[in-house]
Amino acid sequence: MAEADLGRKQTVNTPGEPVLLLRDIHKAFAAQQVLDGVSLTVVRGETLAVLGRSGTGKSVLLKLIIGLENPDAGSICIQGQEIAGLGLNDMNKLRVKMGFLFQHAALYDSLTVGQNVAFPLERHTKMTKSERNDRVKELLGSVGMEHDLNKMPSDISGGMQKRVGLARALALQPEILLLDEPTAGLDPITSSEIDDLVLRLQKEHALTSVVVTHDLHSARTIADRLALLDKGKVAMEGSFEELAQSDDDFVREFFKRDS
Amino acid sequence: MINRSLEWFGDLGNFSWKVIRAAITRPFEFGEIIRQLDEIGSKSLPLVALAGAAVGTVLAIESRSSLARFGAKSMLPVAIVFSIIHEMGPVVTGLVVSGRVGAGIGAELGSMKVTEQIDALEASAVNPYKLLVFTRVLACIVALPLLTLVTDFCGLFAGWIAETLADPISLHEFVSKGFAGVSFSDFLAPTFRTSAFGLIIGLVACFQGMRTQGGTEGVGRSATSSVVLSSLFVILADVILVKLILIFFP
Repeated sequence: MAEADLGRKQTVNTPGEPVLLLRDIHKAFAAQQVLDGVSLTVVRGETLAVLGRSGTGKSVLLKLIIGLENPDAGSICIQGQEIAGLGLNDMNKLRVKMGFLFQHAALYDSLTVGQNVAFPLERHTKMTKSERNDRVKELLGSVGMEHDLNKMPSDISGGMQKRVGLARALALQPEILLLDEPTAGLDPITSSEIDDLVLRLQKEHALTSVVVTHDLHSARTIADRLALLDKGKVAMEGSFEELAQSDDDFVREFFKRDS
Repeated sequence: MINRSLEWFGDLGNFSWKVIRAAITRPFEFGEIIRQLDEIGSKSLPLVALAGAAVGTVLAIESRSSLARFGAKSMLPVAIVFSIIHEMGPVVTGLVVSGRVGAGIGAELGSMKVTEQIDALEASAVNPYKLLVFTRVLACIVALPLLTLVTDFCGLFAGWIAETLADPISLHEFVSKGFAGVSFSDFLAPTFRTSAFGLIIGLVACFQGMRTQGGTEGVGRSATSSVVLSSLFVILADVILVKLILIFFP
């Protein structure tokens, strides 16, 4: 799809340039301090997997990046733009450059699979109906769902919903992909298929990605780098091998459970 | 309790401000407004028609015996017409719609909230206050007066049938007698005050739906509270608006 169709210019980032920059992020819900000084950097084309125990604020981190939540303190820069204080229009301009796969896919249950994928295209492009239909078929084809165009989300399995969610997240050709537990609740075979799919799409679209997951196998497959959260802070950051060989008690405990 | 009520009104104020800001910016979501008018207006027609007919029938039966005691049976058409167009039609429509539509909106938006569909809209750079809330509130504001006309018509027609079965009277005579002392303002102000009911129903139901927490149980709570609160505020608004109408249209 031509970039002109999306009504925006592709931001050109040089390799290695930080695309996401999180500095000293704090976030609390009522009395519970979820994030307590998280700092992370993701460079262009890199995939960062964020791991950690349940309730350590991994999903909150993604919601902060896309502006669904606001940090209590700290700074979030996306492609060099600080998002704190951005108006809704400016934030939305950034959001169309990001694709978000929700933990439970969050497909619009009143729309068919095809309409779900077409939704961002209807909203943010000037495509004709036939161009849109072609693009929807292409996207659904890329996730192996081209024959389920007219099904309702309630008629397909959890794994299929995630595939459709992924197609919808990629509809506007995002530069940044945020994945919230892409393999959670799926059987090992479907998880592996989703991992392969994510890996292929990341390469095809040269995406910068942040993946929140509990699944170490998935993290090892799709991520270049891992960040392990504990008690609202980054306990350790590095490659899978670096974390696996760590002497830190918490990191060892986390990896031991999986092995 | 007082703190929670004040907090609720404060949150409702913030919510309303977001809706107003969303309403005055493009795109205007005409397609969704038409869809909501169908959902809220057309699909409420059978219910309000039935409610109107029931009210008209009961009013005719009850008023007949009361007026007969004072030898004022000939005043029955006027009593029915005034009761229905002044009070019964608007209030019954408001309460019936707050039940059907309030619960529907509260449950629909609540369900979208707990399944992260509203977050997905925002993540797709779509303003949910515009797409989901403004369209529903506007549809309620427009649909309520139109539905009130249906309630009034069905109420009057059923009232005539009930009356003519007891004491035959032609429709023409019933209408002539009933509308003899009725001016346009008698009809206009009460009918259009239901736009305020529509605003209340739409806004309260959307607000309760959008702040849903706690899974399916939360959705149930939102649907219930949408109906309870919007019905309560419709009744309160009715008292205030009746007084205001009497001041401005004596």
